[in-house]
Amino acid sequence: MALKTEPFALNIGPAHPSTHGVFRMRATLDGEVIVDLEPVFGYLHRGVEKLAEQRTYTGFIPLTDRLDYLASMSNNMAYCLAVEKLAGIKVPERAQYLRAILAELQRIASHLIAIGAFLNDCGAFMTPILYMLREREKILDLFEMASGQRLTYNFMRIGGVSQDVPEEFLPALHRFMVQMPRFIDEYEQLLKENEILIARSKGVGILPKDLAINSGASGPVLRGSGVKWDIRKADPYAIYDRFGFDIPTGIMGDSYDRYRVRVEEMRQSLRIIKQAMEQIPAGPVRAEVPHLVHPPIGEVYARIEAPKGELGFYIVSDNSIAPYRLHIRAPSLINLTALREMIIGWKIADAIIIFGSIDICMAEVDR
Amino acid sequence: MAEANFNVISQISPVTLPPDWPGGFWWHFLVFTIIIIAFVMSMVIGFMYFERRAMARMQARLGPNRVGPFGTLQPIADAIKVLLKEDIIPTKADKIVYWLAPVVAFAPVLMIFAVIPFQNGALLADLNIGILYVAAVASLTTVGIFMAGWSSSNKYSILGAMRDIAAVVSYEMPLVLAIAGVVLISGSLSLNQIVLTQDIPFILLQPLGFFLFFFAACAEINRSPFDLLEADSEIVAGFHTEYSGMKFAMFYLVEYAEAVAMSAIITTLFLGGWRGPWLPPWLWFIVKTGAVFFVMVWVRTTLPRARIDQLMAIAWKFFFPLAVINLVITGVEILFFPVALPWVMVLINIGIAGVLILLWSRFFQIGWGRVEV
Repeated sequence: MALKTEPFALNIGPAHPSTHGVFRMRATLDGEVIVDLEPVFGYLHRGVEKLAEQRTYTGFIPLTDRLDYLASMSNNMAYCLAVEKLAGIKVPERAQYLRAILAELQRIASHLIAIGAFLNDCGAFMTPILYMLREREKILDLFEMASGQRLTYNFMRIGGVSQDVPEEFLPALHRFMVQMPRFIDEYEQLLKENEILIARSKGVGILPKDLAINSGASGPVLRGSGVKWDIRKADPYAIYDRFGFDIPTGIMGDSYDRYRVRVEEMRQSLRIIKQAMEQIPAGPVRAEVPHLVHPPIGEVYARIEAPKGELGFYIVSDNSIAPYRLHIRAPSLINLTALREMIIGWKIADAIIIFGSIDICMAEVDR
Repeated sequence: MAEANFNVISQISPVTLPPDWPGGFWWHFLVFTIIIIAFVMSMVIGFMYFERRAMARMQARLGPNRVGPFGTLQPIADAIKVLLKEDIIPTKADKIVYWLAPVVAFAPVLMIFAVIPFQNGALLADLNIGILYVAAVASLTTVGIFMAGWSSSNKYSILGAMRDIAAVVSYEMPLVLAIAGVVLISGSLSLNQIVLTQDIPFILLQPLGFFLFFFAACAEINRSPFDLLEADSEIVAGFHTEYSGMKFAMFYLVEYAEAVAMSAIITTLFLGGWRGPWLPPWLWFIVKTGAVFFVMVWVRTTLPRARIDQLMAIAWKFFFPLAVINLVITGVEILFFPVALPWVMVLINIGIAGVLILLWSRFFQIGWGRVEV
């Protein structure tokens, strides 16, 4: 006798420990298997793009901190690059190097959180994320030294950075650079060949290469699917053409590959920081920029490789002190495009870790 | 009066009741019930503190360290906090079942301790089917958990409860088969008798059995890596999502009391129970139980969680065959090797256990489970 069964709807989120904020997945379940899924977002919408129109160009920088609050430096950098491109401002050498160092540190910090949260979603009871947070603290200490803040730095300015770093910064950074590879090795030793982690994440949530490209994914999600695409190489901005580094890619595009790509990227970021530390010149850290920038009429799109993917700022200027229109291409949002295809057919437990492996920040998704 | 009582009881079962019972059956019953409840509660509270501190150490943080010396009073502070919380019952809950569930879950755990010897002969009832009783009672908690999950009328809770049923039904098999190996060697089902026969701790004679029993027990009491039914990151808190106040505290207590109970059973079956040199027997018992519990904490902080189908696969494809093989090998050894050479058997069994586990882990693959929709 066949039992009568029927699918039932389950609301995962918006208040759920593993939705990394206020994401909501309306899942239709057949037992434990997800047969349909509808991502719902917008719970954290603050209208950042509209707010930009009422602020001066410089006044918008603190708001970029609050986009992806785990990677504030990268957001600062992307926005400043866009305005500089629009107004034709040249940034001093030392500021360029400081920006690169801080952006790469930020990438490491963001990836640490991404990996830790991913393992937390896998069910490793808080241990990995606490280890990762321990190292992230050291990066935050460095940021605090430079900017006085630990989360929303508001450090970069149009035409440079707000102030030069103190004398202790570079020695402290050097100490960090000595320690960090050992810690990455430690994580690798503990996690890389963990049987349960492999069982849970290998082959789970495969994002095929063509789907990844078609859905506009970028960052570790795209590279995990085996596409060698990194804006630092493909469209070098700032001074990234001066550094040697590799682009790690995955093979299958599963959750495990995305995790692997992040670990390797941390190593590459350390390489970049090392080169930047050797090359950094003395000099001014900020170009002579008027207090109120009046960029010429026109439009510009500047993009960087943020920790989560391609972060772009599109600005239309009408020669006033505020942008006429500003749009943010948020990698977190666009990486979610293929979420439904990736999750359908997997169980709830898998859905959580597939979602975790994409690594989003809700503040950036909803803006 | 007491004398008469004693006579009546001793006529019924002269073997299991030692004549030097102070005051006869009912006194014995009363005293040991109080001892067990006090002992279990203090042990559970102690272990809660122990787990939180040990876990904090492993996670590079401090853990509770503010209430009382070294934070030892933290569990009590938590208990008071939980007692003062509002007790919320969901509107659509099945109220009677919702009320009963914590009690149904908690009672069997206390009942397990009735047959566990804290030292020689110090137990509530020296049942001659002790271990059978344990196996039967230990799985009763599941009923309470399922009642909780069902009556909350919460989808996460139902999922958690269903996962628990599935896990317990599957893991009962290797658990009982692992016990059977011990019973074969000791020749008795009474837990006290099993301890008395352990001149060599059975962990050495039954390494494979210990391995199977430990992890099957972890699955049975929902400790990590098999803590699927409360999987924090997936189904929030599983069966007790909707519970609050004292009812939640009961479930919290069940979780730890079960862990203590299983640690105590493992101690009794495999680690020589209360036996040991120098220290008083009851202290040995606590130390060994603590050591087993520590391993559970260790596993919990270290490993990610398995998925439900992987959990089933581990039970039926990995643990179950190994448990059957273990039983057969033990039987053969009992038949053909006299007990005179236990150390030879120790070496042989450790070798066999190592080879079998390696062999199975080589051919056993978990994962790869997408369903075509």
